[in-house]
Amino acid sequence: MVAKIPELSLILLVGASGSGKSSFAREHFLPTEVLSSDACRAMVSDDDANQDATQDAFDILHYIAGKRLARGRLTVIDATNVRPEARRSLIDLARKHHVLITAVVLNLSKEVCLERNARRTDRQLERPIIERQIRQLSSSLSKLRREGIHQVITLSSEEDVAAFRWERQPLWNNRTDESGPFDIIGDVHGCYDELTALIEKLGYAITLADDGSYRVQHPEARKLVFLGDLVDRGPKIAAVLRLVMDAVDSGSAFCVSGNHEWKLVRKLKGRPVTISHGLQETLDQLNQETAEFRRRTLQFLDGLVSHYVFDDGRLVVAHAGLPESMHGRGSAAVREFALYGETTGETDEFGLPIRYNWAADYRGSAVVVYGHTPVPNPEWLNNTINVDTGCVFGGRLTALRYPEKELVDVTALQTYRDPIRPIGFGSTSVLSAQQAHDDVLDIADVSGKRRIQTRLTGTVVVPEENAAAALEVLSRFAADPRWLIYLPPTMSPAETSQQSDTLEHPAEAFAYFRQQGVPEVICEQKHMGSRAVIIVCRDEKAALERFGVAHGDFGIVYTRTGRHFFEDPAVERALVERVRAAAETAGLFIQLKTDWLLMDAEIMPWSLKAQDLIKRQYAAVGRAGQMGLGAANAALARAIERGVPASDLQSKVTAQLQRIERYIQAYRRYVWPVESVDDLKIAPFHLMASEGAVYTDRDHLWHLGQLSKLAAADPGLLYPTPMLRVRVDDPESMAEGVRWWEELTDAGHEGMVVKPLPFVVRNGQGKLVQPAIKVRGREYLRLIYGPDYTAPEHLERLRHRPLSAKRALALREFSLGLEGLHRFVAREPLRRVHECAHAVLALESEPIDPRL
Amino acid sequence: MLLTLTTTHRPATDLGYLLHKHPERLQTFPLSFGEAFVFYPEATEERCTAALLLGVDPVGLVRPKSGGVGMNHQYVNDRPYTVSSFLSVALAQVFGTALAGHCKARPDLVSQPLPLEAGIAVLPSQGGEPLIRRLFEPLGYRVAITGAALDDEFPAWGESPYYTVSLSATVPLQQLLSHLYVLVPVLDNDKHYYVGEDEVAKLLRHGEGWLDRHPERELIAWRYLKRSRRLVTEALTRLAPEDAADDDPPSLNARIPPLHEQRLKAVVETLKNHGVHRVLDLGCGEGRLLQQLLRDPAFTEIVGLDVSHIALEHARDRLHLDRLPSRLQGKMTLLHGSLTYRDRRLEGFDGAALVEVIEHLDPARLPAFERVVFEFARPQVVVLTTPNAEYNRLFPALAAGCMRHSDHRFEWTRQQFAAWAQAVADRFGYAVEIQGLGPEDIDAGAPSQMGVFIQHGR
Repeated sequence: MVAKIPELSLILLVGASGSGKSSFAREHFLPTEVLSSDACRAMVSDDDANQDATQDAFDILHYIAGKRLARGRLTVIDATNVRPEARRSLIDLARKHHVLITAVVLNLSKEVCLERNARRTDRQLERPIIERQIRQLSSSLSKLRREGIHQVITLSSEEDVAAFRWERQPLWNNRTDESGPFDIIGDVHGCYDELTALIEKLGYAITLADDGSYRVQHPEARKLVFLGDLVDRGPKIAAVLRLVMDAVDSGSAFCVSGNHEWKLVRKLKGRPVTISHGLQETLDQLNQETAEFRRRTLQFLDGLVSHYVFDDGRLVVAHAGLPESMHGRGSAAVREFALYGETTGETDEFGLPIRYNWAADYRGSAVVVYGHTPVPNPEWLNNTINVDTGCVFGGRLTALRYPEKELVDVTALQTYRDPIRPIGFGSTSVLSAQQAHDDVLDIADVSGKRRIQTRLTGTVVVPEENAAAALEVLSRFAADPRWLIYLPPTMSPAETSQQSDTLEHPAEAFAYFRQQGVPEVICEQKHMGSRAVIIVCRDEKAALERFGVAHGDFGIVYTRTGRHFFEDPAVERALVERVRAAAETAGLFIQLKTDWLLMDAEIMPWSLKAQDLIKRQYAAVGRAGQMGLGAANAALARAIERGVPASDLQSKVTAQLQRIERYIQAYRRYVWPVESVDDLKIAPFHLMASEGAVYTDRDHLWHLGQLSKLAAADPGLLYPTPMLRVRVDDPESMAEGVRWWEELTDAGHEGMVVKPLPFVVRNGQGKLVQPAIKVRGREYLRLIYGPDYTAPEHLERLRHRPLSAKRALALREFSLGLEGLHRFVAREPLRRVHECAHAVLALESEPIDPRL
Repeated sequence: MLLTLTTTHRPATDLGYLLHKHPERLQTFPLSFGEAFVFYPEATEERCTAALLLGVDPVGLVRPKSGGVGMNHQYVNDRPYTVSSFLSVALAQVFGTALAGHCKARPDLVSQPLPLEAGIAVLPSQGGEPLIRRLFEPLGYRVAITGAALDDEFPAWGESPYYTVSLSATVPLQQLLSHLYVLVPVLDNDKHYYVGEDEVAKLLRHGEGWLDRHPERELIAWRYLKRSRRLVTEALTRLAPEDAADDDPPSLNARIPPLHEQRLKAVVETLKNHGVHRVLDLGCGEGRLLQQLLRDPAFTEIVGLDVSHIALEHARDRLHLDRLPSRLQGKMTLLHGSLTYRDRRLEGFDGAALVEVIEHLDPARLPAFERVVFEFARPQVVVLTTPNAEYNRLFPALAAGCMRHSDHRFEWTRQQFAAWAQAVADRFGYAVEIQGLGPEDIDAGAPSQMGVFIQHGR
C-alpha cells in the first residue's frame, strides 16, 4: 500500500524509544525535512540524551518547525510524541500555519523496542521508561483523530514498517498547473438568464447535448471560474446548478464553494439549519427537480473546495477572499475564511456583521479574486478585487477576465431581492478604494533592509542605514508621495580623458558605447540648470482620478530628491499651467490618449534654485581668490622690484589669478535674475510616461521629437534640446561630435550627454548599458573641481577617479526609477511605487565622489 | 592667503632678526597642507614689511589620506585664499621662535613694544566688520577694514564675508602673533583639524596675559574650541576660576530657554493627571522630555520616536541609555520613524506627547500625520504643543513676520490652532481642551499653546 500524505503537512512520528523512528525518518524523508528532538538536545547541550535540556530543545524545535511551515515546507517531527501534551503544542503550531497533520505511528511490540534499546551502543534508556512510553502510546492510539490529527497511519509490525511507501499528495486547492485564461464570475444567486448572457458575452458557446446536458465551450479554450453562491434568493437556481455542474464536470469550469452552498449542503444532509437568506427558494426549486438531480447536487456541492490556487501561484480565487498566509493551505480556519471572510465582531446599523477588510492588509503578489459582499463597482485594492456586483439585488453580474484583468458585466434583468443594506451604503469617498487605502503609507514598506524586484536588473538591495536616511529626507522635505512616482537616476561622466588640459572629452564616451556594442549614439546638449520632474494633468479631475490628489492641484514640479521645485505654490501652478497649455496646443494629450504626462527636464537658470549656494560658495570663493591672489601678486611685484628672486612664484600666482577669473566667468554664465515664470527656461528631454505607457520602448529621437512639438507650442518658456547623432564606428562622424561639443562648451554651455539611441540597451553579455554618459566642458568643471584644477600638478592627481561605483549606482537608480513608473502605470498600490522612489533616494546617500 | 607684518621701528630691518627670516631671500617651507613662502616686499631702515604667503593645496585638502589634512570642506572652497586656522599652524611653524618669544640675535627686541602693522588680505569674518572690531580693538589695535562686494556684476548679492584688514599698534611682535594665532580662527569660526584636549592648552598658552581680560573671552573660547561645551567650560574655569562657579558659563546657560523647561513640565504633569503610564514621545528629538519621563516612576513604558537618526543618537547619549540600570533601560525604547507613515509599533499606548513637532511638517502632510496619530496609533490621551504665532512680536530678537526656527513650516495663532485641534478631535472621536504655556500677555496670549486630546469613552 502506498500512503498519500498531503505535500504540505506536519508529520508527527509517534512511537516509543527503540521503535525505529529515526531510521524510518532517514529512509523516507529528506534530512532537512526531519526535526529530531535528540538532535535539538544535542544542539543546546552537546548531549542528545540530556533530559534537562528537553524544554530548550523543544523550544528550538518548535521555532524551526514554525519557520518551515510558514514557508510551506513539509516537516517531520522525530520525537516520541506519545504524550497528548507533547502533541498538543505541535498540533497548535500546524493549525497556526494552516497545514494538515499526519501521524505515522510506529506501534511495535514492547519486546522489539526493548531489544533494540539493549542493542544500542551510544546510550540506553532504562527499561521502565520505555515501558511507560509504550503504555502512553497504547492509550493515545484511539485519541489521535479527536486531537485534530487529520490522518493517522499506524504501522504495527516490523513488516508493516518495511513495506511502508508514501507519496506526496497535492492539496485539492492546488491547481497551479492551470493557467487559464480564465473568466471569473461573481455571486450568481440563481440569476440564470444573466449568467447565460454574460457567458455568451464572454465569447462562450452554450449548447445542449443529446443527453440534455450543457456544453460550455470557448473558441480559445478559456475556462470559467465560479466564486460560489450560485444558489439561494434568485429565480432559476436549479438551472444555474445544472449549467455549472455540467461545465465543471466537462472540465471547462472551476467552482469554489460559497457560504450559501455550504449551508445548503448541511440542510440536504439533514442537519438543522435556519431557513433564511433565500435558502427557501433553493429548497422550493430543488423540490421540483428529480431526486437524482438533488443527489447529484448534494454530491457536487459537498465536493467543492473552498479556494483554488491557479497559474503557478499567481491567481487565487475564494468566495470571500483569502489572506496570503492561507493561500494553498488546508485547515478548518482556511475554509472558514474563504467562505465567510472575517468580521470585526461588531454589527452595523442594519444588524449585519461589520466585515474586517482583509484586502487592506494584503501584501501578496498573487491576484486574489473574490465575491461575497456586493459592491457597486469592482475596484482593485492591493492586488485583490471583489467582483460581486449584486446581480440578484438588481445590480450586475460581473466577470473578471484573467490575465487581461478586464471587467465584463451584464445588468440584472430585474431586482429579485432587496438588500438589507443598500449596496455601497456609506461610501462617499471621491477616491478609488486603492487611493483611499494609499492615503497613508506604512512605515514597514520603507524601513529596514529593502529588496526591490526590478524588471530591468533583478533585485536591488538597499541597506538599512540608507533606507533610514531616505525616510528622513522624505518625511521632512519631500512632496506628497502620491506625486513622487519617479525619481531620476544619477549619471556617470565619461572615463577620464588623458588629454593635457581637461578631465572629460567625448572620445571616451564614444569609446564606451563602441565597447558595449552600441553602433550609434545621440549627443544631447547638457543644460546647466536644475533637474526637475514635471507632471501635468489635463485638469484637476485627472489629478484626482489618476493620482488621488484631492487638493485641487493638477500637476507638480519636483527636484531629483522629491522636493517641490518651487517654494511658492503660485509659481509652481503658473508653470504647470503653461506646460499643460503647451501640451494641449501640441496635441500630446490626444495623440498619446492620456490625461497626464510625466517628463524629465532641466529648468534654468541655475541661480533659480542655487542662488544661495552660488552666493555662499561660488561667488565667495571667486571674490576671496581675487582679493587674496591680487594682494599676493602686488606684494610679490614689490619684492621682485627689490631684487628678491621670486619671479617663479609670481608667475604661479599670476596663473592662479587668471584661473580664478575664468572660474568667475564660468558661474556667471548660469546666473540671471528671475522675476516671473517668463524669465525661466525649461528644457524637457525625456517624455517618460503617460496613461498606460512608460516610453522606454521609444528611442531618444521619438522623445526629443515629441518634446520639440511641445516646445514649439510655447517657445518663450520651453527650449528644445539640441542634439546630434554620431556613429561611434565612424571617425568622421565622431570628429563631428567632438567639434559640436567644443562649440557648445566654448559658448559656455555645460557640455553634452551621450546616450544610445534606444532608451534601454543591453550589451552582448545581456548586461544593461549606461543609459547616458555626460561629457562636461573644461570651464564648467572649474565649478566642480575648483578654479585651479587645470594646473598640471593638480590635474594629474585628479585623473585618478574610479567610476565603477558611480556607474553601478546609475544603473540601479535607472532600474528603480523605471520600475516605479511601470508599477504606477500598471495601477499598482502606491506603496509599490513609493518603495522605488524611496530606494532611489536611499541609494543617493551612498558615499560616492559627488564631483562625478 | 597673505599676511604682511610691517614695522617702522628703527632700524626696521630688525624685523628680519625677530622673525628669523632673511629680508633679501625668498624662503620656502613645506607644510602638511601645502607650502609657505616668506619674502619682503620692502626692507629699508625706515620701513620693513615681511610677507607670509601660504599655498594651500586644494586637491590635497579634499583627498584626505592618513597623516594628511582631513578636511570636510566643499570641493570648491575659499581656504587657499583666506586666512584661517591654516594661518595659525603656519605661524607656529614658520615664525615659531617669534611666536614663542625667542630671538637669539636680538633678545632685547623680544619684549619691546614696536610700532607694528599686520595686513591681512582676506580675513573671513563670521560676524562681519563689528566682530573684527570687538575682537581687536580691546587689545589696543587701530583697525582699518575694507569690505568687498560678493560679485561686482551682481550688486544685489550684497557684501562678501571677506575683509582686507590692517591692525596697527605698538606691541611686542610676540603678542601680535599670539593675537592673530587665536583670533583669526575665531573670526573664521572653523578649524581644519580635530579639536581635542590639547586645544585648551594651546588657547591658554597663546592667550596668556590678554585672554582673561578680553571682554569677548567666552565667545573666543566657544568658537576656538569648536563649540565643545566640555572644553569651553574647562578653558574658562582655568582662565578665571572665580567666574566659572556655575556649571555652564552664563552665555551658554542662556541657550536653554526656560520656556522649554516650563513646556516640558506642563506636558509631564498633564500626562500624569490623566493617568498615563505607557507613553509615546513622538518627535522626541534629543530626548529632553524623555529624560523627564524616565525620572518619573509614574511612567512604566516610554517610547521615543524621531525621524532624525542623529537626534536619536544624541538622545541615547543624553539619557546614558547604555549605562542605565536594566530596569530603567527596559522602560525606554527609542525608535526611528516618521509621523507621516502609519507605524504599528505605536499602537496601544495610553498617551502621546507631541512637543513642538507639528510646525515642522509641511501643511500638505498634516492630513497624513493626523491619521497616523489619531486614527492608527490612537493613544487615549494626546498632549500636543506648538508655538503661538501671536506672541512672536514680543520676542525682541525676532524680525517681524519671521518664525522662531528656520525649519518651522508654519506657526499658528491661537484661533488657527483651536480650529485645527477641534476639527481633528471631531473627526477622530476625541475631546480637546487648549491652554497657554508660559507667561500670558494680555493681547498676544502665552508664547506656546497646548492641546490636550482625550479619546471619547475613556
